[in-house]
Amino acid sequence: MNVKYMYSLLAVIVLFLLAYLGVEAAGLRMLFGIVIPYVAVGVFLLGVIYRVMGWARSAVPFQIPSTCGQQKSLPWIKPNKIDNPFTPGAVVVRMFLEVCCFRSLFRNTRNAIKEGKLIFEWEIWLWVAALAFHYAFLTVIIRHMRLFTNPVPVCIQMVEKLDSFFRFEILTNTMQVGLPGFYLSGLILLAAVTFLLLRRMMIPQVRYISQAADYFPLFLIFGIAFTGILMRYFTKVDIVAAKELAMGLVSFHPAIPARAIGGVFYVHLFFVCTLLAYFPFSKLMHMGGIFLSPTRNLPGNSRAVRHVNPWNYPVEVHTYEEYEEEFREKMIEAGLPVEKE
Amino acid sequence: MSDFPKPDQLLSNIDRTPPRTDWMDTPVNIRKGMYCYAANPKSVEYTHLPFPHQWNPTDEDWHLPENWKEILHEGFKVRLERFRSFKIFMDICVRCGACADKCHFFIGTGDPKNMPVLRAELLRSVYRNDFTLAGKLLGRVAGARPMTMDVLKELWYYFFQCTECRRCSVFCPYGIDTAEITMMARELFNLIGLNIDWIATPVANCYRTGNHLGIQPHAFKDMLDFFVDDLEEITGIRVEPNFNKKGADILFITPSGDVFADPGTYTCMGYLLLFHYLKEVYGLDVTWSTYASEGGNFGSFTSHEMMKRLNSKMYAEAKRLGVKWILGGECGHMWRVINQYMGTMNGPADFLEDPVSPITGTLFENARSTKMVHISEFTADLIKHGKLNLDPSRNDNLILTFHDSCNPSRGMGMLDEPRYVIQNVANHFYEMPPNTIREQTFCCGSGSGLNAGEDMELRMAGGLPRANAVKYVHEKHGVNMLATICAIDRAALPTLMDYWVPGVGVTGVTEMVANALILPGEGERTTNLRGEPLPGMEDE
Repeated sequence: MNVKYMYSLLAVIVLFLLAYLGVEAAGLRMLFGIVIPYVAVGVFLLGVIYRVMGWARSAVPFQIPSTCGQQKSLPWIKPNKIDNPFTPGAVVVRMFLEVCCFRSLFRNTRNAIKEGKLIFEWEIWLWVAALAFHYAFLTVIIRHMRLFTNPVPVCIQMVEKLDSFFRFEILTNTMQVGLPGFYLSGLILLAAVTFLLLRRMMIPQVRYISQAADYFPLFLIFGIAFTGILMRYFTKVDIVAAKELAMGLVSFHPAIPARAIGGVFYVHLFFVCTLLAYFPFSKLMHMGGIFLSPTRNLPGNSRAVRHVNPWNYPVEVHTYEEYEEEFREKMIEAGLPVEKE
Repeated sequence: MSDFPKPDQLLSNIDRTPPRTDWMDTPVNIRKGMYCYAANPKSVEYTHLPFPHQWNPTDEDWHLPENWKEILHEGFKVRLERFRSFKIFMDICVRCGACADKCHFFIGTGDPKNMPVLRAELLRSVYRNDFTLAGKLLGRVAGARPMTMDVLKELWYYFFQCTECRRCSVFCPYGIDTAEITMMARELFNLIGLNIDWIATPVANCYRTGNHLGIQPHAFKDMLDFFVDDLEEITGIRVEPNFNKKGADILFITPSGDVFADPGTYTCMGYLLLFHYLKEVYGLDVTWSTYASEGGNFGSFTSHEMMKRLNSKMYAEAKRLGVKWILGGECGHMWRVINQYMGTMNGPADFLEDPVSPITGTLFENARSTKMVHISEFTADLIKHGKLNLDPSRNDNLILTFHDSCNPSRGMGMLDEPRYVIQNVANHFYEMPPNTIREQTFCCGSGSGLNAGEDMELRMAGGLPRANAVKYVHEKHGVNMLATICAIDRAALPTLMDYWVPGVGVTGVTEMVANALILPGEGERTTNLRGEPLPGMEDE
């Protein structure tokens, strides 16, 4: 057993018990429904700002893009405008593809030495899973905005429609999937998280580099998706009460709804709060960091446009005069021109 | 070298199975053949770098200053403030593992600490301990560990097993660049005098004499004069290079390695012939400098400050001589420095003119601020305008492939210019597989100051992916010559080829240009610059 994922799994189980028992046994609905969500959002916002400001405070002394294609040089040589951007506009395109399409990850290959030969394979699954995970999560977040808006904006309704276009119904006494509409995003999120978790646990190299901090968010997000699906299709959360609570929170008139919403809902909410509060102090900040990564967000035009280093200080150099002073006689003898005969 | 493994042995030693113990509990084993010797204190002293002292990597005691942990902590802190890259790269890695098998040292050794992600984690663990809340509160659970002597040794060993090639940064979804992290780690080692000799001594030489090899001005001229004699024998023409000439059109700077050792010397002879041709036919006046007689910059493997101190000579000399602009020879990391650092560090070069080729009228717009042009850009432009009289059949004995050097590829993007030149001066050219060229090229295994003799096993292991791709085209197309535009490549690849792919030589691009170049008034050439018979002249 690997202690790193055991710690993380344990942490998530403890969180589950805290919220479930806190609400069901101790009745701490105010705490889990109002206080913690406000604290979590506060920590998230302030934390993210603090971290991004921290990065922004550090200087960018040199222009060091990783150039992943032909430079712009002679007019008849075709430059790779995206992977070796020359203008700020081209950098925006590169960044867009990086942030929205995970372009660098798309290049991923896998290799192995077989019979003395290094064999390459295109390795697409990490890219697929990462993309599926992030977009499914985004869709889920947008969908949840219906709980925080009244009336629900058309664009959110459209996302919901799209998300549930795939008709899929299982109707039995214990399980009623498909009524209400079945959301693909939830399933994809759960599947992608599972893939990413298994990948981390199964591939020896990836397991070797993984920290507890890698497993914890995955378990937590698994928990979020799982409790969400559980509420929607199985335990049937009281959606009207949930919305009442959410609207109270966003309008700053928080109140615990009179109708009980159920322990699973509070677990779900507590998981989300944990994720929000954890976010700024973790690797999840890659979301902000990618925008500031100097190997991606700078143009490859440092020979054409001078980049200025804010702390460029004078250094000790060995001048030509010092050089000639040492070697003058030898230079004259060899017929090399000198400044002072 | 007696216990040095044979190729098949080295190959079968590669085992990618990670150890049973966690990486934090797997102690470092500083193994012979895998590390470079400690710097001679005199070299460190000469350049006034911190804490010159005698030490040996395999000794228990590295004779560090008493407050070494404090020095490292402070040094770390300062660099986090000075380099956003460093701070971001310490913070945002998600350990997805996409970089893991992209490193030539990992492929060649199977050592998990050569996975770029884990190499960085070695340092990140200390960062978390010293600078993050989670690390301070949770310690090891948060992946943090305090700096200890064992940790320092591990860092030193593995950050001198990185050639700063940037291949991992191409695949990283956040662009995390191990080269950047390695540069910071080496700056930190430098603060407590833990330099390697193969870097520190060239740096001291370069500082004093203008070049890494410590060639003094008169000897530098002598060496080029030898080439002049050889060229006269081969072509019947005596070329007359200028040295330190005030008022010349262009200052030419190239790595001193090409003045010193085969096969780089042939590239150097190539420059001499090309410049002679341009002078005779077009009146272009090029000068060499003995003061700025080094294009390479081992200072960049020491610290940003040392990089700047050595690089300063280029502009200083161009200003003193009053040239219009600077032309740079074939070199890898030299061009990373010129392309991404020089203008910022030692510019603005407002005393130079816009780089215009007086022969073709082409303005090298991409170099209009730094005012330094690459010889391949310059030559490609000449060829495109039909300004060179070439006979590519003189290179018909060569079946070529091109090795993209790390820095011109991933720190510049110069991919098609040298290919254009090669295809105009030679007739048989084949590319290596796409995963191993252009921005995905593999390092020679000896870059960033690791091309010493004592770390040969490391170099041969690191060069395996490159050699393997050469072997592929060697077997498929009969490739017998590996062309490159890097002086470290020319120094390192012949050994690598002999080890993995015997029968493949190494050449600079300008050497082939000079072989194909028909000089006005030259006699019938029977040999190439290496003194080997030209195709069809074998019986002469």
